[in-house]
Amino acid sequence: MGKPTGFMEYKREELPYRDPLERIKDWNEFSVPLPECARMEQAARCMDCGTPFCQSGMVIEGLPSGCPLNNLIPEWNHLIYNDMWEDALERLLKTNNFPEFTARVCPAPCEGACTLGVIDPQITIRNNEMAVIERGFEEGWIKPYIPVKRTGKKIAVIGSGPAGLACADQLNKVGHSVTVFERSDRVGGLLMYGIPNMKLEKGVVERRLELMEKEGIVFRTGVEVGKDVMADEINEQFDATVLCCGSTIPRDLKVEGRDLDGIYFAVDYLTGNTKSLLDSNLSDDNHVLAKDKDVIVIGGGDTGNDCVATAIRQGCRSVRQFEIMPEAAAERTSENPWPQFPKIKKTDYGQKECIALFGNDPRQYCISTKSFSGTNGKVTSLNTIQIEWGKDNEGRFFPREIEGSEESYKADIVLLAMGFIGPEKDILNDFGIETDARGNVKAEYGIHTTNIDGIFAAGDIRRGQSLVVWAIKEGREAARECDKYLMGSSILP
Amino acid sequence: MQQYGYPEKQGLYDPQFEHDACGIGAIVSIDGRKSHKVVMRALEILINLEHRGASGSDAKSGDGAGILVQIPHLFFRKACSQLGIELPEQGRYGVGMFFLPQDTEKRQHCQYIFEQAVAREGQEFLGWRKLPLEDTCLGVTAGKSMPYIMQAFVRCSTDLETELDVERKLYVIRKQTENTLEREKMQGFYIPSLSSRTIVYKGMLLAEQVRTFYKDLSHPSFKSAIAVVHSRYSTNTFPSWERAHPNRYIIHNGEINTLRGNVNWINARKSMLESDAFGNDLSKVYPIVNEDGSDSSMFDNCMEFMHLSGRSLAHVAMMMIPEPWSKNKTMDKAKRDFYEFNSCLMEPWDGPASIVFTDGTTLGAVLDRNGLRPSRYYVLKENILILASEVGVLDIEEDEILYKERLRPGKMLLVDTKEGRIIGDEELKQTISTAKPYGKWLKENMESIHTIEHSEIKEMPKVVNVAKHQYAFGYTYEDLNLLIKPMAETGKESVGAMGNDVPLAVLSERPQPLYSYFKQLFAQVTNPPIDAIREEIVTGTEMYLGAQQNLLNSEEMSARQIKIESPILTNQETEILKNVTEDGFKSKVIPIFFSPDDDGESLEEAMIRVFEEADKAIEEDANILILSDRGINSSKAPIPALLASSGLHHYLIKNGKRTRVSIVVESGEPREVHHFAVLIGYGASAINPYLAFESIEKMINDGLIRETDYKQAEYNFIKSVTNGIVKVMSKMGISTLLSYQGAQIFEALGIGEEVIKTYFTGTPSRIGGLKLRDIGRETVIRHKSAFDLMRKNYALESGGDYKYKSNGEYHLYNPMTIHKLQQACRTGKYSIFKEYSGLFNTTHKATIRSLLEITSPNTAIPIEEVEPIEDIIRRFKTGAMSYGSISQEAHETLAIAMNRLNGKSNSGEGGEITDRFIPDPNGDSRNSAIKQVASGRFGVTSYYLVNSREIQIKMAQGAKPGEGGQLPGRKVYPWIAKARLSTPGVGLISPPPHHDIYSIEDLAQLIHDLKMANSEADINVKLVSEVGVGTIAAGVAKGKADVILVSGYDGGTGAAPRTSMKHAGLPWELGLAETNQTLVLNNLRDRVKLETDGKLMTGRDVIIAALLGAEEYGFATAPLVAIGCVMMRVCNLDTCPVGVATQNPELRKNFKGKPEYVVNFMRFIAEEMREIMASMGFRKLDELIGRADLLKTGKLPDNFKYQNLKLDGLFHLPSLPEGSTRYRSKRQVHGVEKSFDYRILDHLLHDAIASGRKTTAVLPIKNIDRDVGTYVGSKISRIYADKGLSEDTVVLNMKGSAGQSFGAFMPKGITLNLEGDCNDYLGKGLSGGKIIIRCPEEADYVPEENIIIGNVAFYGATGGEAYVNGVAGERFCVRNSGVHAVVEGVGDHGCEYMTGGRVVVLGKVGRNFAAGMSGGIAYVYDSDGTFEKFVNKEMVLLERLNKNIEADMVRSMIKKHYQYTDSDLAERLLDKWNETLEKFVKVIPVDYKNIITEIESAVESGRDLETAQLAAFRKYAG
Repeated sequence: MGKPTGFMEYKREELPYRDPLERIKDWNEFSVPLPECARMEQAARCMDCGTPFCQSGMVIEGLPSGCPLNNLIPEWNHLIYNDMWEDALERLLKTNNFPEFTARVCPAPCEGACTLGVIDPQITIRNNEMAVIERGFEEGWIKPYIPVKRTGKKIAVIGSGPAGLACADQLNKVGHSVTVFERSDRVGGLLMYGIPNMKLEKGVVERRLELMEKEGIVFRTGVEVGKDVMADEINEQFDATVLCCGSTIPRDLKVEGRDLDGIYFAVDYLTGNTKSLLDSNLSDDNHVLAKDKDVIVIGGGDTGNDCVATAIRQGCRSVRQFEIMPEAAAERTSENPWPQFPKIKKTDYGQKECIALFGNDPRQYCISTKSFSGTNGKVTSLNTIQIEWGKDNEGRFFPREIEGSEESYKADIVLLAMGFIGPEKDILNDFGIETDARGNVKAEYGIHTTNIDGIFAAGDIRRGQSLVVWAIKEGREAARECDKYLMGSSILP
Repeated sequence: MQQYGYPEKQGLYDPQFEHDACGIGAIVSIDGRKSHKVVMRALEILINLEHRGASGSDAKSGDGAGILVQIPHLFFRKACSQLGIELPEQGRYGVGMFFLPQDTEKRQHCQYIFEQAVAREGQEFLGWRKLPLEDTCLGVTAGKSMPYIMQAFVRCSTDLETELDVERKLYVIRKQTENTLEREKMQGFYIPSLSSRTIVYKGMLLAEQVRTFYKDLSHPSFKSAIAVVHSRYSTNTFPSWERAHPNRYIIHNGEINTLRGNVNWINARKSMLESDAFGNDLSKVYPIVNEDGSDSSMFDNCMEFMHLSGRSLAHVAMMMIPEPWSKNKTMDKAKRDFYEFNSCLMEPWDGPASIVFTDGTTLGAVLDRNGLRPSRYYVLKENILILASEVGVLDIEEDEILYKERLRPGKMLLVDTKEGRIIGDEELKQTISTAKPYGKWLKENMESIHTIEHSEIKEMPKVVNVAKHQYAFGYTYEDLNLLIKPMAETGKESVGAMGNDVPLAVLSERPQPLYSYFKQLFAQVTNPPIDAIREEIVTGTEMYLGAQQNLLNSEEMSARQIKIESPILTNQETEILKNVTEDGFKSKVIPIFFSPDDDGESLEEAMIRVFEEADKAIEEDANILILSDRGINSSKAPIPALLASSGLHHYLIKNGKRTRVSIVVESGEPREVHHFAVLIGYGASAINPYLAFESIEKMINDGLIRETDYKQAEYNFIKSVTNGIVKVMSKMGISTLLSYQGAQIFEALGIGEEVIKTYFTGTPSRIGGLKLRDIGRETVIRHKSAFDLMRKNYALESGGDYKYKSNGEYHLYNPMTIHKLQQACRTGKYSIFKEYSGLFNTTHKATIRSLLEITSPNTAIPIEEVEPIEDIIRRFKTGAMSYGSISQEAHETLAIAMNRLNGKSNSGEGGEITDRFIPDPNGDSRNSAIKQVASGRFGVTSYYLVNSREIQIKMAQGAKPGEGGQLPGRKVYPWIAKARLSTPGVGLISPPPHHDIYSIEDLAQLIHDLKMANSEADINVKLVSEVGVGTIAAGVAKGKADVILVSGYDGGTGAAPRTSMKHAGLPWELGLAETNQTLVLNNLRDRVKLETDGKLMTGRDVIIAALLGAEEYGFATAPLVAIGCVMMRVCNLDTCPVGVATQNPELRKNFKGKPEYVVNFMRFIAEEMREIMASMGFRKLDELIGRADLLKTGKLPDNFKYQNLKLDGLFHLPSLPEGSTRYRSKRQVHGVEKSFDYRILDHLLHDAIASGRKTTAVLPIKNIDRDVGTYVGSKISRIYADKGLSEDTVVLNMKGSAGQSFGAFMPKGITLNLEGDCNDYLGKGLSGGKIIIRCPEEADYVPEENIIIGNVAFYGATGGEAYVNGVAGERFCVRNSGVHAVVEGVGDHGCEYMTGGRVVVLGKVGRNFAAGMSGGIAYVYDSDGTFEKFVNKEMVLLERLNKNIEADMVRSMIKKHYQYTDSDLAERLLDKWNETLEKFVKVIPVDYKNIITEIESAVESGRDLETAQLAAFRKYAG
């Protein structure tokens, strides 16, 4: 529908970003909204496929293809094109509790799977989503909804990241009394502290949290289950529990010199910065400051990029980003065809800022850190070696060091952004939850029941480190299963 | 009556679906003079119609033939006196013809029962006569099943005063005898006739055997003034003596489509019947209709009954087969009134029919409203009328002929031998329709819903929460946006593409509306679907509400009904009905709710409550029952409206009250065309879809529907639903809603036996399924979800029925399967293909085959021992996809791939550019091995046909069986127009039927035509699965098809109405299994290849198809996906982004497919088959074809809907006749060598064709000489390609009556110059040849007033010239695209669907001229200024001729006509040319005119043709 010939008439136009040299002067969001008529043209490009891959939520070779939430993308594109924003919002909210988050932080596997991508640049799905949800807030269409009746069932959701919030939101809608436990001082998990403000302004998160509180969800911050409140107490006080504690143990780099000062996990670095920003507009000293320092980020992913952007805003002298994998191709290879998640080189906002400011891309590829050197207990440099990727007999890739390619890089701050290896064990032990071989909670996707009756698990704690959309999806699914468990049936999707 | 020798219902075979077709003939001395010559001539007619009949697997056993004559009194007097029986005077005794059991004891018992009945009725039994027979001529089957044949004589008592009294009494005696023996389950007893007026001699005979077998007939004293003959073609080879015609009153060529409804209604009327004529005897003659008989015999039963209760046969015929009156504004008022009045009494028996009836004094003939059967007659100077399906059935000198005519659609011919004259249609109907004051009765009694008195409507009911109700009734976002919205906005149904790949309703994990379990049936082969758009004049949508009165008496009160123009009622109209106060009408609302609390258990109870309330209401004189689900709430769930109304319909039929009330449905449930069609098909008279209306209103308020206000949107919705229902009925060939109502033209799939028996009585349902409780449960699931207190979000579910949605219905083609398939085919990795095929081995059951498990008695063998991939692949084909629906790149890629594999690709119905017939330099060939011949005949030339290895006749298409198609002008790009031999930018219409196939003997003729056009190609007939397809296939096998394809309903399409894709037709598993079983039962299996297609996705699918009987396999969607299709389902929009299904040059650049991908796909499928074969221990595919016994029902997932499925019918294995095989092992005998061309012309013209030397010959010809010029024409095309020979290279001067398909597909260089007349299909597919038909010199009649050629001349002709010195039948030049023809008059529907060529008509035209005509020009000489009335002006303009070039061209055509035929008319017109020119009217389609004018002027200004075409296309269509 939309406009059948739209894709032949209009070109893809993404949300413009503010000028890099301007935006690094503040911590505000980097994008500017597109005018409405342009947005409608972008929506008109949607072909309303007979088989929309964009919303399929497949996993191909371990990577997502199409929206894991199964967002009704063609439907709201059509409605945007027809200037029916409120209806678009209704359909958007049917599958996604928090479009304002995904529209900002999702790597958009929907766009990677968009069929138009076979022949042309894809639809700006993520930007369209953003337009709908922000319009919804602006127009006041989003109002707290208080359930007509309470079931009397009490549910504990442990962890307030995207999975926990989605789960709580769903359960509350069908009248259960939900309490969300968060050990940190602010609700939101990585939405609050893991993702920097310029990517996801914290006002956006707070706007949602206020809404949820008004709807009757109780948030208990600064309460760590297992310390401040015991698992037994939870079991006693609540009819069911959903564990949404995330995958929080960061991957470490256990090489010589790791103990030196100045080496931090990215998550701690980013958390500290955001907390300071929110607490004191960065006037307190409770965070690592990269001003005038040489910064090296190890890890070429999104978090690494966030570190680069943060360091730049803090005024670093230089920043580099090391990636052990080779540089991705500029376009899809035959090994990575549509609709697979595109493994192509993406230059993100932080890297662009680096290029604008320092004239170089911060990324270096096929580089492995062998050890850290330092003086006075403080890190001063990294010792690296270049590697080569080969294939073993079974076709698996493995790295081979290139002799003589050793180098040393100067660094005052090293940030480890190499992902997370799994959930923390204590809480699982407290509840007696079984884990799988990878250390994640053992619970079937779509069912979410753990080995303990009445305890469910959703999000990274079950799936392992993943995307915000997966977390929301799991939170929703677990909510439905939990509702079924309590009520016998569920109207939740 | 008891069936002789028909097999029991078994497996999926059911004898009730048997069909007949035939040739018919009659001869009558108009003045009533009896003679033996009349009988002899009639038998000669029979023999000359032989090719219209058929013989079975045993060539000497005919399908049946017979003759009906007046009682030969003199003959019987002699014959009886030898037996010691003294016959009374003529008319005072009855003669019965008896088929009795061969077993003496049983026979004597039957005789005794009859004698008893005679005595009981106060008549005198005179004696029995055993007939002298010559049974040595019989075939084995016929001989084995031959009954003991006797005649009985009964003297009538004197109290029977009139002839009718006598007949009535004999009828009562016969009925009682039949009923007694029926009760005793006597086999082999049948009374062909028992009358004082007429007698029937018939049997399972070949036409020529009738005379020999019945020695009586040859006796010189065996005399009659009337003789009626019939040669039968049945769809089976089972012995049946009684199914031969004539019946007691009629012979019939055609089919009654509405039979089930007609029979139900006649039974339902029983309680209202009263007859002065029968008096107390009335109850003795029940049942009126014997339901074991054929449709013709049931028609005969009804006609007999109504005739004997006091109406003349002609009167009854007018009631049963009315003319189309409701849309005919020019019809005489009295006649209109008569028809309208009788609509209140009974519904039409609808279907193609040529019926001849006689009571021994009068002989009448009538044709159905569409004129779908041929019926030609001569009146001779010696006062004799000869009528037959064909001309030339008797050798008659031209100077003996007074005139030649044909029966016209809806018209009647009556010969009254007492009055000694022919009574014309007008006089006859005038007399009958003015016999009673029908007009006055109507005026005083019939009401309109808009004027009827009613109490004040205080408040219109309103749904409070529309979204919540939508939720409860299962509306989806898709329903609103894809179905309802387009209907409300445009007044048309929405169109989709790529077919259906969602689970059957019973396999869906989502609750389905009950309607989805009912699949629409459609006409194929044995009768034609009709075109309700282009031939709207024959349709009728009016309905009547209120009680019906006594059928047997035409009385004033019968007209006391409320007329509605459409069965869809607005809310306002429904309120009026509820509040009606006018005398004679009383309505009653019956709520249809049940409790949602016990999971559907209480549904049965609720139904009983509905029935009780209905009974009560009827007792209180209500005559309009409104079943309503308004007011659902959390404790009241709606009974599915279909269940409530069909249940009540059948309940009331059973208790005899049905015709006292009309059933009206007021429901929130129905919203798409199919829903309404099913409701009406099961008895509802009118439907108020209040929630659909409220949904439209909501969409308007929400801004989803714009530019229409509510009134207009409501009007649009009603219009599109009404037209949609008409389309659904026209698929079955039904024209009037009145006869569709209750006709039950559906097959249920997934509904259990008990539910069917009680609530949908008589509906086929072959795999069991839901119990009543389960139906309730599906409603409850929806209902509870909607009324859950906690529900906040009423944003509707997406649905995903038509397009895939992740949270919606499962699709076989989903993102993952598409991705894996494409990856596998592109990379050539079999391991990825296995991942793909593994995706179907899930618990997700979507198809019947997914429920099956393959077993084997053998141990596994190593895969190396299995026959190689290459051998298996020869059996693979790609589906028919036209060049036009898909791009050149895609079309050629498929062809190259299949040619590399030695498989076959299929051209589809769009022709093929001829350069593809020549191999490419690299050795590849882009030529499609299979050439399709579909109803549009686009690009079907002699040259096209000779370049095929197989020719496929598309009878139906899975995605939209029973429908035609339309390629809109914007898709007819110049290159498409070239292949289709049409004009760029001008839309092309494929009619729903092949206009040369209205019945099975017509199909046999087309098969013969094509075999003659390419004797080396196999002829393949494509059918679509539905109940009874096996029986049809058996008929097709008898019609000499080499291959029969049974397609599934789920096949792809470039464009089809969404409801058709989903709801019409059945899965191939059922159709294939039924076909295979039926062919084996008939001993026909080994002479045809059986093929199947329809979403074959994996090797396992194909193995299951093989086990169910298929030996060849078609793939269409999968290879398209392999070459890039991503199931966008936008083929109809021409926006396919991957260049597969588009003609847009920009988008075509995106095409990335390669033949290798298709090759990979086919090889993967074959490899997977080999794996399965190895595991089963089979080395050769042939060994497992038809081994349905190796299948069993697999483990079914634990879903309540699956629990009562019974698939056993699929596994039934009829035993194989000795020496036969379960696959094709012998060839059909086509008889090419018996043809005129082969015997005479081939030899005669050998040198001429080889050298191009001019040759002339003079030859006599007869009606049995068919396809003259076709075979020799094919030889020319093989040598000279599409160029042919130069004009008049071969000139054949002939004399006589030419057989069917004279000059079919004849290329340039041959001229047929015939003096005489011609049967149907003259110049079919003419490909450049010239045909001249001259009126014989010695003829006394006036050519322009006499019929000289039959129906459907020059159908699909692509080039050539024709000059016809006389009048043509119906559908002259239908779909002509190139012939230049001159004719002196044409019947109805002239130039229908024409796309090119020039037609000059010098005389009168019939109705509906130029319907659907999109190209070409007709010039009609309008002598009296009435022409305009006969034109269907939807697409054409009427203009004057351009003075110069155009007038000269027409003049030169007429001049040639004069030169070739000596036409007096032409001479006269040319003599006064200026005057003549003034009266010529030019008929030109609007779009065509614009485009050709543009092209012509561009060419004139110096541009080359190609550039000019493209520019014109862009300007007007692009």
